[in-house]
Amino acid sequence: MAHHRQSLNLQQQQQQLLLLLAFVFVLGFLTSSCHALYEDQVGVWDWHQQYIGRVKHAVFQTQGSGRKRVVVATEQNALASLNLRTGEIYWRHVLGESDPIDVLELASGKYVMTLSGGTNVRAWHLPDGVLIWEAAIPSSKGSNPPRLVALPVDIDYDKINDLLVLSGSVLTALSGQDGTTIWKVDISGKDVDIRDVIVATEELKAYGVGFIGDSGFTVIEIDLQAGTITDRKTAMTSETLSVTELLVSKQFAVALDSKGTHLVTVSINANGLTVLETALSSLSLNAVGLPKLLPTKLDGAISLALGDLTAIVAVDPTSGELRTVETLVGAVAVSDSLSVANSKHSVAIIQLLEGGHSQNTFSLHVHGEDWTEVVQKETVKLPSHRGHVQKVFLNAYLRTDRTHGFRALVVGEDDSLLLLQQGEIVWTREDELASIVDAKSAELPLERDGVSVAEVEHDLAEWLKGHFLKLKATLFLASADEIAAVQESRLNQADKTKLTRDHNGFRKLLLVLTKSGKLLALHTGDGRIVWSLLIPGFRAPHGGPQVCPEKLLLWQVPHQHAEERPEVLVLGKSCSTSDFPAVLSWVDAYKGIELHTMKLSYPVTHAFGLPLTDSSEQRLHLFVDDQAQAHLLPGSEESLDLFLKQKDNAYFYEVDRTKGIIEGYGIKGLVESSRQTSSEGYLFETEKLWSVVFPEETESIATVATRRPDEVVHTQAKVLGNREVLFKYLNKNMIFVATVTPKSVGLLGAASPEDSTVVAYLIDTVTGRILHRVTHPSMQGPVHAVLSENWVVYHYFNLRNHRYEMSVLETYDQSRVGDKGVMQLMLGRHNASAPLSSYSSSNVEVKGQSYFFTYTVKTLTVTTTARGITSKQLLLGTVTDQVLALDKRLLDPRRSATPTPSEREEGILPLTDAIPISPQGYLTNGYQVEGLRGILTIPARLESTCLVFAYGLDLFYTRTAPSRTYDSLTEDFSYALLLMTIVALLIAIAVTYVLAERKELAEKWK
Amino acid sequence: MITRFKSLMASMVLVDSTLESLTSSVNAPLVNNNEGYVVEGRVKMPALAGKGVSKTSNIKVVINGGQKLSFVRSDGSFAFQGVPAGTHLLEVVALGYFFSPVRVDVSSRLQGQVRASLVETGRSLPDSLVLEPLREEYYYEKREPFSAMGLLKSPMGLMIGFMVVCVFLLPKLMDQIDPEEMKRVQEEMRNKPSPLSNLLQGRT
Repeated sequence: MAHHRQSLNLQQQQQQLLLLLAFVFVLGFLTSSCHALYEDQVGVWDWHQQYIGRVKHAVFQTQGSGRKRVVVATEQNALASLNLRTGEIYWRHVLGESDPIDVLELASGKYVMTLSGGTNVRAWHLPDGVLIWEAAIPSSKGSNPPRLVALPVDIDYDKINDLLVLSGSVLTALSGQDGTTIWKVDISGKDVDIRDVIVATEELKAYGVGFIGDSGFTVIEIDLQAGTITDRKTAMTSETLSVTELLVSKQFAVALDSKGTHLVTVSINANGLTVLETALSSLSLNAVGLPKLLPTKLDGAISLALGDLTAIVAVDPTSGELRTVETLVGAVAVSDSLSVANSKHSVAIIQLLEGGHSQNTFSLHVHGEDWTEVVQKETVKLPSHRGHVQKVFLNAYLRTDRTHGFRALVVGEDDSLLLLQQGEIVWTREDELASIVDAKSAELPLERDGVSVAEVEHDLAEWLKGHFLKLKATLFLASADEIAAVQESRLNQADKTKLTRDHNGFRKLLLVLTKSGKLLALHTGDGRIVWSLLIPGFRAPHGGPQVCPEKLLLWQVPHQHAEERPEVLVLGKSCSTSDFPAVLSWVDAYKGIELHTMKLSYPVTHAFGLPLTDSSEQRLHLFVDDQAQAHLLPGSEESLDLFLKQKDNAYFYEVDRTKGIIEGYGIKGLVESSRQTSSEGYLFETEKLWSVVFPEETESIATVATRRPDEVVHTQAKVLGNREVLFKYLNKNMIFVATVTPKSVGLLGAASPEDSTVVAYLIDTVTGRILHRVTHPSMQGPVHAVLSENWVVYHYFNLRNHRYEMSVLETYDQSRVGDKGVMQLMLGRHNASAPLSSYSSSNVEVKGQSYFFTYTVKTLTVTTTARGITSKQLLLGTVTDQVLALDKRLLDPRRSATPTPSEREEGILPLTDAIPISPQGYLTNGYQVEGLRGILTIPARLESTCLVFAYGLDLFYTRTAPSRTYDSLTEDFSYALLLMTIVALLIAIAVTYVLAERKELAEKWK
Repeated sequence: MITRFKSLMASMVLVDSTLESLTSSVNAPLVNNNEGYVVEGRVKMPALAGKGVSKTSNIKVVINGGQKLSFVRSDGSFAFQGVPAGTHLLEVVALGYFFSPVRVDVSSRLQGQVRASLVETGRSLPDSLVLEPLREEYYYEKREPFSAMGLLKSPMGLMIGFMVVCVFLLPKLMDQIDPEEMKRVQEEMRNKPSPLSNLLQGRT
């Protein structure tokens, strides 16, 4: 009886245990984590945005029945075709850095012609952007802007209209079919400086117009079909001319005289050239400083700038007489002439409305053929962060009543691109984001009591249903519709885009500073712009950059006082020589409001935050000027007291790349007189402590890498497989410097392996001690390096093997080698946590190893996590504009060809020649971050995860978990399956209990 | 003045086991002007054969890590102008494909004749610059179809398997022990208290 009972109990237990096992099993299945991304996870937490940059040329393609587009070329060397209705990119190409687009033309309605650097002519297919042909014109002397004219005629009888290119003094005719040279002619002569070329289609003639020396004009007539010079006409002037600018139109050319008091007009007609000089004063234009001809192409008129005045002067084509038709004050943009039907011309003028300054309201006038007539008149209000209109491109469309309406494409002061039609903004492109100068992250505000998660989440049934669908999708049971629904819900998680802090620290603000002096906050959830600010302290009176933004500094990061707002400090340097060399601007990071601004009287060569904060958690900052004096901000008594206490421990260093010198400084005393002017910061004298001078003939500084100031290191000790301990040499003042042979700087192809060397140094910046020096013969820059914890990884080119190489150096502290063993580390009284002093003599052991690497690298950085426990990944921006994540274990100097079992246990990989690249290691997955320039890594609050923001022309954001997400469930964790399992288990327990009871009863009856 | 040199070139065939369907024979006319040479070549991809032009629009060829950049035309050809004599590195930027960087030697003695070899494999490209992807790249993890066997093979599955063995087989082992013997051992245990219980009793 007892025996039976026992066995029964056992049976029951067995069953329950089994159920439990099944439960564990299901759980295990659920949490199986993934390393890379599944294709359906794209967009769940990453985002990608495409930009083109500041537009400098635009041509419209609105004729015909095809899609309406505008083709633009930008200062970031991008060529793009945009949808005119929405502003979306149809296609885009980014040309090389040395390939700026000088001229953009449309030919035959389906080809886009570009001329770069005066030498490269390219023809692109308008619908899909495929390169059709490319032609190189031998570059000739002359620094004049090159010209390209798409001829309206076919001169080589292949039924495709041809092109004329003026580059230097050589005029070349190219076939529109394949870019071959039809003819070319050098139209230079003694003192002849040809500036522009115009074409008379009916006569099949081209005219080159230019200067003779500085006192005459010349017009050279060229036969279009033969490519021969048929006539030269010259006209001398009595005044000496300013040869910087010549405005050429079909019937006349205009230049300024060298004194800037007269406009010299030359009319071109059949009989010859007639020169007419007109005093500016007679046009009632009183010059303030030197007047300047504007390159705007107007029909029968020219425009010139006189101080803050813009004047439009009409030119009589036969006599060359001038007449002022319009004088405009302030921020003005004038479009080129647009020819509309019946060979009429229109010009758009955008002007800031008087008194519209606070509203940022503009008037848009479209002038007709006769300047007095205004065809279209609109007022447009632009958001204040767009600033003034810098450029305007005019386009006409046919209204239903057969009259012409006009739309205008405008470039804002912040580099954004807007389409205006009927006084409304049709679309906006945030193209300022293509030129990010610096990026930082900021926390979002804490969640308030009022906003609870439940409001955002759906109700329980909905939630369960969603998860049930997900489960079906996981088990491949779902239909196509259901899969689509699951995908939809994943991409639009409601809590992703909230403007409050989340528990895991994934939601943050990305603060980006752009070249145009705009500061924007992007939400990490979906990349939308939370706020944007055109920094008022950086603006010139009439728009345009006056101060070049340089750096973002985190001025105040509230921790204790969570209700305080974070503040960032923007440092800008004067672009041109002006009375103030640097400007500071403090901006509220939640609201995007400039709190205050300050013009500094000293130039800032170096700015950095100190590890000190005052009672309001403002970080103390040092600004070093060109005299190597340090200025302390904030200029309060409290910060001064704080700093004086730490003064003796404050050191900084300066790197002079041109001279090849690194100098270290210590802080001496406060200059007492600066107490009075403390708003600009307390001035401290400094003292040069050391300098490292690299021999000029053999070494020039290629790169300097420093540790992130906010890096967190979890442990100083590294436990080896054989239970021994290696102590990392964690010197916060250590920098990495790489020098290359000066001859081989830059050009990869030109250097020979014998006389190029890369030398790597580890330097302590407090004492100037060179901790380690390693020479890599036959190597060449550019060198990219990243320094973190106790290691540095750098990338350079191996000339002997003609491959890239990456090296790793790890520093270990041998002076602590006495306290070995894990037990001692854990229990013993040892000095593992004692602070390390730069002055203490230490015995640094450096281990190094090198590997081949496939790609050119554009930028190199490392992941960072909240506590530094998670292992690291190197993030490489490759030449393919992708971000590649490499496990740091691949670059470990302790790798060997045959690791011992204990080393294997430690996770050391067998040594390979080259670093293997797995396609799943690309964080950017199927995207490219065109023009990649920088990668910002931000630690999330979750230890396993690091947020990655890559920027260039495009923006890309994702997150990476170098050791997988060991501290949270993966995104595809199925709660539904878990719930169902629990329910099933409960039922099974109940059933087995009943069964067991019955069986027991039956046994008893026996 | 531009002079043209048509290099004498034999038709060449690059054999790559995966890309054998392609035939290739491309001449690389080498043009010499005062500032350097012309390096011409062709990017060849299986996808280009059928899909036409739109695929090529985003393929770029980069020389010396970004010094010069060339776009690929619809037939896959590209050209660099004004390349100085010397050794250069050529990289192909094409999303979704892995191309080996190519070492290109432009000879100054032989009027800019080009010799090329793949950096990654060391294989030299005879005569002309025809670049082919070594492999396609798939940037995402593949979703494994649901399989029971896969589950059992996972560490979790093995653990469970072991535990199942424990639950079912260990009691069987217990059964094999003679009940008499068992009783004897149990008696013994009772009579000879463990040192630990001694200690505890001593305390109280």
